[in-house]
Amino acid sequence: MAEEVSKTTEQYDYEKQKNKEEMKQQVISFALMIIFTIIAFGMVISDLNSLFVIPVILVLAAVQIGFQLYYFMHMSHKGHEMPALMFYGGVFTAFLTILALCALVWW
Amino acid sequence: MSTIAANKRGFGSALWDYITTVDHKKIAILYLVAGGFFFLLGGLEALAIRWQLIQPMNDFVSAGFYNELITMHGTTMIFLAAMPLIFAFMNAVVPLQIGARDVAFPFLNSLGFWLFFFGGIMLNVGWFTGGAADAGWTAYAPLSTTSAGEGVDYYVLGLQISGAGTLIAGINFLVTIVNMRAPGMTYMRMPLFTWTTFVVSALILFAFPALTVGLFLMMFDRLFGAGFFNADMGGNSVIWQHLFWIFGHPEVYILILPAFGIFSEIISTFSKKRLFGYTAMVFATVLIGFLGFMVWAHHMFTVGMGPAANAIFAVATMAIAVPTGIKIFNWLFTLWGGNIKLTTAMLWTLAFIPTFTLGGMTGVMLAAATADYQYHDSYFVVAHFHYVIVGGVVFGLFAGLHYWWPKMFGTMLNEKLGKLTFWLFFIGFHLTFFIQHFLGLMGMPRRYWVYLEDQNLDLGNFISTIGALMMGLGTIVLLYNIVLTCIKGEKVGGDPWDGRTLEWAISSPAPFYNFKQTPLIRGLDALWVEKSEGRKGLTPAEPLGDIHMPNGSILPIIMSFGFFVAGFGFIYQKYDLSWLTLIFIGMGISLATMLIRSVKDDLGFHIHKEDLDKEAGE
Amino acid sequence: MSDQDILNPKHMPHNPEKATLEGKNKFIGFWFFLGGETVLFASLFGTYLALRNSVNDGKSSEELFGLGLVFIMTMLLLTSSLTSVYAMYHMKNNDFKKMQLWLGITVALGLGFLACEIYEFYHYIHGYHFTMRSSAFGSAFYTLVGFHGGHVVFGLLWIVSLMIRNAKRGLNLYNAPKYYIASLYWHFIDVVWVFIFTVVYLMGVL
Repeated sequence: MAEEVSKTTEQYDYEKQKNKEEMKQQVISFALMIIFTIIAFGMVISDLNSLFVIPVILVLAAVQIGFQLYYFMHMSHKGHEMPALMFYGGVFTAFLTILALCALVWW
Repeated sequence: MSTIAANKRGFGSALWDYITTVDHKKIAILYLVAGGFFFLLGGLEALAIRWQLIQPMNDFVSAGFYNELITMHGTTMIFLAAMPLIFAFMNAVVPLQIGARDVAFPFLNSLGFWLFFFGGIMLNVGWFTGGAADAGWTAYAPLSTTSAGEGVDYYVLGLQISGAGTLIAGINFLVTIVNMRAPGMTYMRMPLFTWTTFVVSALILFAFPALTVGLFLMMFDRLFGAGFFNADMGGNSVIWQHLFWIFGHPEVYILILPAFGIFSEIISTFSKKRLFGYTAMVFATVLIGFLGFMVWAHHMFTVGMGPAANAIFAVATMAIAVPTGIKIFNWLFTLWGGNIKLTTAMLWTLAFIPTFTLGGMTGVMLAAATADYQYHDSYFVVAHFHYVIVGGVVFGLFAGLHYWWPKMFGTMLNEKLGKLTFWLFFIGFHLTFFIQHFLGLMGMPRRYWVYLEDQNLDLGNFISTIGALMMGLGTIVLLYNIVLTCIKGEKVGGDPWDGRTLEWAISSPAPFYNFKQTPLIRGLDALWVEKSEGRKGLTPAEPLGDIHMPNGSILPIIMSFGFFVAGFGFIYQKYDLSWLTLIFIGMGISLATMLIRSVKDDLGFHIHKEDLDKEAGE
Repeated sequence: MSDQDILNPKHMPHNPEKATLEGKNKFIGFWFFLGGETVLFASLFGTYLALRNSVNDGKSSEELFGLGLVFIMTMLLLTSSLTSVYAMYHMKNNDFKKMQLWLGITVALGLGFLACEIYEFYHYIHGYHFTMRSSAFGSAFYTLVGFHGGHVVFGLLWIVSLMIRNAKRGLNLYNAPKYYIASLYWHFIDVVWVFIFTVVYLMGVL
């Protein structure tokens, strides 16, 4: 294992610095997620036309999920090609399933 | 386990060994035996169905029992026979084909088997408690939600448990193929059986959760008074149909693609040629898997989804004929100019090509939505899916059994008896099902327990039943062959067929650590590459060293048993809430074993280099 | 790598969760599992969307849902997602104590969420006589939200047992992947909740 080679202090500091920077991005995305949530709740309370509100809150939810996946769950890191393939495969099937159950169910 | 030399052991310790094993080759044998048992059970149910239909207005079985027979025949054959038998070959062969020492999650591999096993038993318990499931293998609501007794409850709980096992197995194979390939084994050098396993495992991953949810909804409806499919409460039974077929259509590709993989291996081996159009074959496999998710509603053309939806699903369905056609032609071109050897495995393969093509043709006929209104729920459909599932999957399983039996057991099935099985089963199959196309076109509906005299259905049904008996006879010959081979126990070498892929490079049966040294893969048909350069064995990718192996474990069978026990609690609490205790006991057992698994370190053990050397010297 | 190196590594690598083959397998396999879970929840969401107006003379979503509680629950769960990110941050810096601390906060927030959900269900059942048997909408609501709640319970049990099991021996290459996938699971629970509060609650009161 290549990583077993003992790390020098510079390497250690470098990694620590990198982790810190990443943590900063994660805190920023958390703040954005909170803001999006507040906007979504605010729009629903403020009696806007639901034809306008529903698409917007769905988009806000989708963006929040993006933050979760790419920042919190590290999907932006390398080595996530297969996870991304299978996860988006699931998302694709999920989309078809929801579409069918919304559109192709008669009463 | 520091010494490798296998000693003669008593029956008890052999049983314990199989119950606790995490070795993929032993789990393969477990799948083969359990799947084989359920195959015989489903076959007996089929014979009973055909015997009832041998003459008009027959009274061999009652109408209610007939419903149970057709339901359990379909459910057993799909979930408890075909799936596990496919898993048997995947377990036996895939790790060997990619040069791995084991699967990615040996513990989960064992758990997957035991969940399937207990789920299978659960499904069949209904026979003894006043009637098995009787709402058809598709269990359409509201027939299924209002079916009296506990038969459908056993169907729901049994499939739930065995479905969890299947999902686990699927993830396991995906990770194995992604992470455990030997150096040099790129994706485009993987044998086609490994490729189909990969695609099928992805289909399992995306299709089974829909079934899981569907079964949960049905369980809540039947056992806890929910109203998902109950129109009185505002529910909608079409939801079940969608969920069932979102799972159910990929499921038929889950069954057929591995069979395609098996045939590809066999055709290539016994034509002494590399597979024609390997890249196209891989592409077609992936494309079939992808399209498999977009066609489920062709099972629902008559539901009333509207002409737009019907048209979309009709076109998508017909599109699948294209990649399948690519495969058929590639097999034919592999045969072309090949040095063909007609072994039993090859006979099944050659028989498969025209048989499956016939099933594919009727598939395109059924895909035409307007015409489907005529075919729907008639024997034409029955004939169609038996042509693809028996002519494709079962032929593939028989072919794989004869092809890989030496690798799994170190002995050789008798070729003469194998060919006898083939001819009996092959002729019997066409006698049974070819005539059913016409019975269907003449208006005979499926799932009816009797038909009237003098409606031109008498002779066709009689012929069909005779064919079924011949298939039964062929299966008996196969069983006799297996028993004979086990008694004789004549050993064969590691490479009886002059094979092309990695599994034939090691002894038969494979040593429990598979490869002493991980091989270096230098091309497609890795063993053939070495053979054609005049080498005896594989080029090792690593020096001889200690081999890390996983520990066996009793926990999987206990965990599965816990769910099995809880299943009874879920069913019988509908009569008396004191049965709830059984749920707590069962779930307690399962969760406790999960906790033990989580907190107890399991680091495996090492086989030392010296022991490997010693074995080589023997 | 010998067993000793895995349990007591001399140097923690940068990504301890993926340093061993077992760790890599767990990591990939768990992501695949989440792909399957996506379809599972999609089936539940689809069912809910198909049945959300089938109230059958019973209570409808507008009459039932109160956004205040949902907002609190959302904040609790979103914050718990961030705290588990902090825990993984300390795992990468090989600071076991802080990792356990942040996981402890995550568990506390998760328990808070669960308490709110139990209160909510209790309120619906006893205050409004709205149960799974009231209507198809009731069945779909309790099943979807209850499945998510069940995931929260399982996630909490998982994280707590990991924390207790490893409290004394610290981080190593054997348990780092376990911590990592538990945190992935926790994030996924949050992902599902984002859609639940949007699709079920916000769209339910519109």
